[in-house]
Amino acid sequence: MVISMLRKTQTSLQLKIEQVSFSYNGSEEILKSISFTVNSGQIICILGPNGIGKTTLLTCLAKLNSPTSGKILLNGEDMSLIEHRTIARNVGYVPQTIAPSFDYSVLEYVVTGLAPWLGIFEKPKEEHYQQALQALQKIGIEHIKDKPYTRISAGELQMVSIARVLAQKVQFVLMDEPTSHLDFGNQLKVLNIIKEMAKEGYGIVLTTHNPDQVLLLEGKVAVFDRERQFHFGNWSDILNDKLLKSIYGVTLKICEVEQVSRKVCIAPRIE
Amino acid sequence: MDNTKFRRLFTILIVLLIITFFISLSIGRYSNDPLDVLNTLFSRAGWKEGSNPIMDNIVFYVRMPRIIVSMLVGAMLSLSGAVYQGVFKNPLISPDLLGVSSGASVGAALAIMLGASLAQRQITAFLGGLLAVSITAFIPKLFKNRNNMMLVLSGIIVSGFFCSLLSIMKFVAEEQTELASIVFWQMGSMAKVLGKEIVAITPVFIICTTVLLLLSWRINILSFGDLEAKSLGMNITQIRGIIIVCASLLTASSVSISGTIGWIGLVIPHLGRLAIGTDNTKVVPITVVMGALFMLVIDTLARTVSTAEIPLSILTGFVGAPLFAYLLYKQKTLVE
Repeated sequence: MVISMLRKTQTSLQLKIEQVSFSYNGSEEILKSISFTVNSGQIICILGPNGIGKTTLLTCLAKLNSPTSGKILLNGEDMSLIEHRTIARNVGYVPQTIAPSFDYSVLEYVVTGLAPWLGIFEKPKEEHYQQALQALQKIGIEHIKDKPYTRISAGELQMVSIARVLAQKVQFVLMDEPTSHLDFGNQLKVLNIIKEMAKEGYGIVLTTHNPDQVLLLEGKVAVFDRERQFHFGNWSDILNDKLLKSIYGVTLKICEVEQVSRKVCIAPRIE
Repeated sequence: MDNTKFRRLFTILIVLLIITFFISLSIGRYSNDPLDVLNTLFSRAGWKEGSNPIMDNIVFYVRMPRIIVSMLVGAMLSLSGAVYQGVFKNPLISPDLLGVSSGASVGAALAIMLGASLAQRQITAFLGGLLAVSITAFIPKLFKNRNNMMLVLSGIIVSGFFCSLLSIMKFVAEEQTELASIVFWQMGSMAKVLGKEIVAITPVFIICTTVLLLLSWRINILSFGDLEAKSLGMNITQIRGIIIVCASLLTASSVSISGTIGWIGLVIPHLGRLAIGTDNTKVVPITVVMGALFMLVIDTLARTVSTAEIPLSILTGFVGAPLFAYLLYKQKTLVE
């Protein structure tokens, strides 16, 4: 399944986060001097307890929030100096929930992904609708293109959000809990798509509440434990029972399971 | 993108508008004969000899200005309702949201109580409307919170304040003349419209409608909410600002000429969406034509149904409220 709608010359693109700190209106610091790098073709999962700042970090990566100190470099340039339109051509954001007010059709919703590429007074033309249609085809949901996006299932809606970010022709995709309200089948479908996208060169950062997804995606992890300590690295180097305990406060085990030929992260029996 | 449905609807509406224009031109107290009207038009155009000067006067100086202004006012109020609904992500709001109507009412009342001329009243109403919106826009800046909810609440505060101001003015106004004038002004009427009103509002109509037409696709994106719109690279403060300025100018201009007219800014965009879907690139032009048509019909009824002029808000209310109930019934799934 070829998903990529990336432009050519996509090799060493990078989102570099340097010593980023953030607080809302000068109150307690949520992010404290965080540093890590996202390269094209990488998957990074952000793990942490509720309310620790995972979504905040994600929004900073899309310049939807500005760090109070430190900087984020998009392909070498300081993000604070790049205007939103240019950022939107490089970084896409898939929000956790969409609260629709009007019932646009799926196609009309996806074509808005081309907004960063159109002039302010421009309307999308036939070629743009074609690109939106292609994005739907890449994930196999073009059959719902004329349905109002208020009347499709949660799983389909999540796919539609991903289709829009594909139509946006970005290099980095940020996803806020992309599987949180999906049934198990749809969860795995989305994880599959994420892995495909990474293979084709997208750099993907997602927040998740499920550490087992990290093991399925086999990417890097950015971890906040309950003391707001930040850890970053390959999942196989960083993720262990002790770290998981420090994140969630409960016992979780990582074990090799032969039947699925992989390590799994799993809770022990409830006595 | 399949545009045939849109083109067909648009053409039908334009044709209906032209037909209604001629019917309205032919109806009135002086003569109800469409042939008389045609004669007058042709002789003005030089295609026919000899005209009836009284008829000429009626058609060109009494009926036509009023008809044109009612079309413009209908178009402007509907359009501003449609774009407000898009920008504030709420299909259930009207152009009065940010305080234009209450501000204009205060401006008009002031003029009435000071004994000003009609033209002066129009100016103070216009300025009153703009003043109210400016205060509404300023409050979020003061509180350093620019999101939509803040703007809406701000509008409620300002509308409330100006309404109270209006109430004080009504309370101290001279009962028989001033108070009556204020109340009738608020009910809306095109009875005193002359040619110069067209000159006053046509430039506003052309400029603001063009800008809003050009930005109509961007309104779609704004209606997703600030987070999504920003993530798609839009400068939301700037675009929202331009749209609100245009919509406010449209509303203030309309209200200053015809008084406050309710329902049209709320109902017509809904009708438009029911007919053509929610894509604003289609809703905006359809709403403009539908609004013009609706207001033309309402105003024609207002001056012909009985010997006395029926205020416009009464008619728009009697037609608009049940129509809105019907629309809500059809779209009940959208109401959370």
